[in-house]
Amino acid sequence: MSETQNLTLVQAVRDGLHTELARDDDVVVLGQDVGKNGGVFRATEGLYNEFGDDRVVDTPLAESGIIGCAVGMAAMGMRPVPEIQFSGFMYPGYDQIVSHMSRFRTRSRSRYTLPMTLRAPYGGGIRAPEHHSESKEAFYAHEAGLTVVIPSTPRDTKGLLASAIRDPDPVVFLEPKLIYRAFREGVPEESYTIPLGEAATRREGEDVAVFTYGAMTRRTLEAAENLAEDGIECEVVDLRTISPLDREAIVSAFERTGRAAVVHEAPKSGGIAGEITAILQEEALLYQEAPVKRVAGFDVPYPLYALEDYYLPSVKRIEEGIREAAEF
Amino acid sequence: MSVFDRAYDDPVRVLDEDGEVVGDVPDLDEETLVGVYRSMRLARHFDGRAVSLQRQGRMGTYPPLSGQEAAQIGSAFALAEDDWIVPSYREHGAAVVRGVPLKKTLLYWMGHEDGNRVPEDANVFPVAVPIASQVPHATGAAWASKLQGNDDVFLCYFGDGATSEGDFHEGLNFAGVFDTPTVFFCNNNQWAISVPRERQTRSATLAQKAAAYGFEGIQVDGMDPLAVYSVTKAAVEKARDPSEQRPRPTMIEAIQYRFGAHTTADDPTVYRDDDEVEEWKRKDPIPRLEAYLRSEGILDDDRVEEIEASVEKQVADAIDAAESVPRPDPRELFEHAYEELPPELEAQYERFVALREEHGDEAFVGE
Repeated sequence: MSETQNLTLVQAVRDGLHTELARDDDVVVLGQDVGKNGGVFRATEGLYNEFGDDRVVDTPLAESGIIGCAVGMAAMGMRPVPEIQFSGFMYPGYDQIVSHMSRFRTRSRSRYTLPMTLRAPYGGGIRAPEHHSESKEAFYAHEAGLTVVIPSTPRDTKGLLASAIRDPDPVVFLEPKLIYRAFREGVPEESYTIPLGEAATRREGEDVAVFTYGAMTRRTLEAAENLAEDGIECEVVDLRTISPLDREAIVSAFERTGRAAVVHEAPKSGGIAGEITAILQEEALLYQEAPVKRVAGFDVPYPLYALEDYYLPSVKRIEEGIREAAEF
Repeated sequence: MSVFDRAYDDPVRVLDEDGEVVGDVPDLDEETLVGVYRSMRLARHFDGRAVSLQRQGRMGTYPPLSGQEAAQIGSAFALAEDDWIVPSYREHGAAVVRGVPLKKTLLYWMGHEDGNRVPEDANVFPVAVPIASQVPHATGAAWASKLQGNDDVFLCYFGDGATSEGDFHEGLNFAGVFDTPTVFFCNNNQWAISVPRERQTRSATLAQKAAAYGFEGIQVDGMDPLAVYSVTKAAVEKARDPSEQRPRPTMIEAIQYRFGAHTTADDPTVYRDDDEVEEWKRKDPIPRLEAYLRSEGILDDDRVEEIEASVEKQVADAIDAAESVPRPDPRELFEHAYEELPPELEAQYERFVALREEHGDEAFVGE
């Protein structure tokens, strides 16, 4: 067994980037403040000093330029890892994501492929200014040709990031910044991968299957412990990859429980929860004993922080949503 | 003195409208000169046939290039074998010079994805439709090539309208900052569909925009193939072998005119006068080069007829080949979204196949 280090999630991002930069010369990290400054969240700390200006690149402040240049680099066989400082600033680069990043393989019939990983911190709860807290993962999940990954633990973060960077196709890698420093976990020092597209069961239980990802995973686990005191046992499934979804894990957890809730901080309508509900309808209707409950952000623009606690699903809201599914 | 030492509004010219020499003729052998001429004839003939195929319902919407042959062919000829082009959607002439068969171009506009499958030995990016969005790709690809220790040059085509887009600015700005071996070739054909060049920018020239990015910008008569060749060649050489004063990137503004419509879905008589079109047609690049080559004794009637016949045959063969390609199998819809088909996509495909087997292909492809 290799040595482990006790890392936070953001340190695991840094460690994952470090490992991949060291093992493959084609990996290049680029973006605003990723070089000398080490990233505004310290996600690239020290990488510039170790790997130099050609591998860890401070770019002009231009999201479309960062993503568009990464498309060109990836088409030439490099493995660029562009960082957008906050997911709320991805939209100037959105055309590059949907018109090119997701389509280059299809358009060229696989002559050109884009082994690139677009990283961005996402989600709310850190008392940030406007545009710094949104959860727009459904935009990217809706885009064929992309894989969308959202880790929820430090150990997963390093392994999923390695898989994303080594993947032959483009990956959007969204990091839940609310839990960037929330807790530490033993993370192997050596290089390892965790497969994309596979969910992880975080807690076993036979009453309600609860599907979640990102920062909501911790809150959901806490809600599950509270519910256990009332005799409601939750199976908590951390999706980890939200596109393509691990349908097998989703259906199998539901078949054991017959009841489900989905928890995400993104707005309720048009989100991943609706997709999971549809999968359960299509593939496991006869197992269903209760309506699938969606516990999500409200369908409003993300608020400034005086109100964000009310916007984000709290442990209590999650608890009550699951309880409704359990007691229907 | 370098060709770049000139005013932004002083376009480089080699041949005047009658094919008389008015500038420095590039040092090209006869074979290459005839090659440029033949490629322009090929592009022109192809263009006419493609428009006609669309009119006959044998092809979808198509963007014509007539009038723009010198810019495309002259620039493509200036590249070394391993250099790259990053086109928009109108560069069929440059693409064929750089190794994309005409059949592929026809297939693409006939709606076949395979038309964009650039042959492995052709250093050509796939067609990019959203305006200017390919500009950062050219910068990124050139940047990657430089990081990988290669000395290939990347020639990126876009139009006058593209210079108003953010991606134009971001692509050129990154190129300046990272000193990438990119030549930005602006096909200023005066019209972005119906919007004239004057409505894109208050700048007196497009070439001068390069100054803001810290590298050279230069105008060229884009309907003079020898001038286009010379300027592109100088830019390509500089991209490979820069100096402190002359960084790698260059922006070339090639002044030209689109004789026809923006696409076959467009009616240019709505927004521009026939007089204007006629005026520009006097600058037609093909008779200009032909007159020069005849005066040099490189072309005569026999040679021109021979070229005409071979061009007509090449285009006719390409059309036959493209039209004989059957509708692709529906599996092709799914094959290239990811390297490995995700299970859900496989399931969608299987369900479709089952329906198709049950009801027959006609149930899905009928009117």
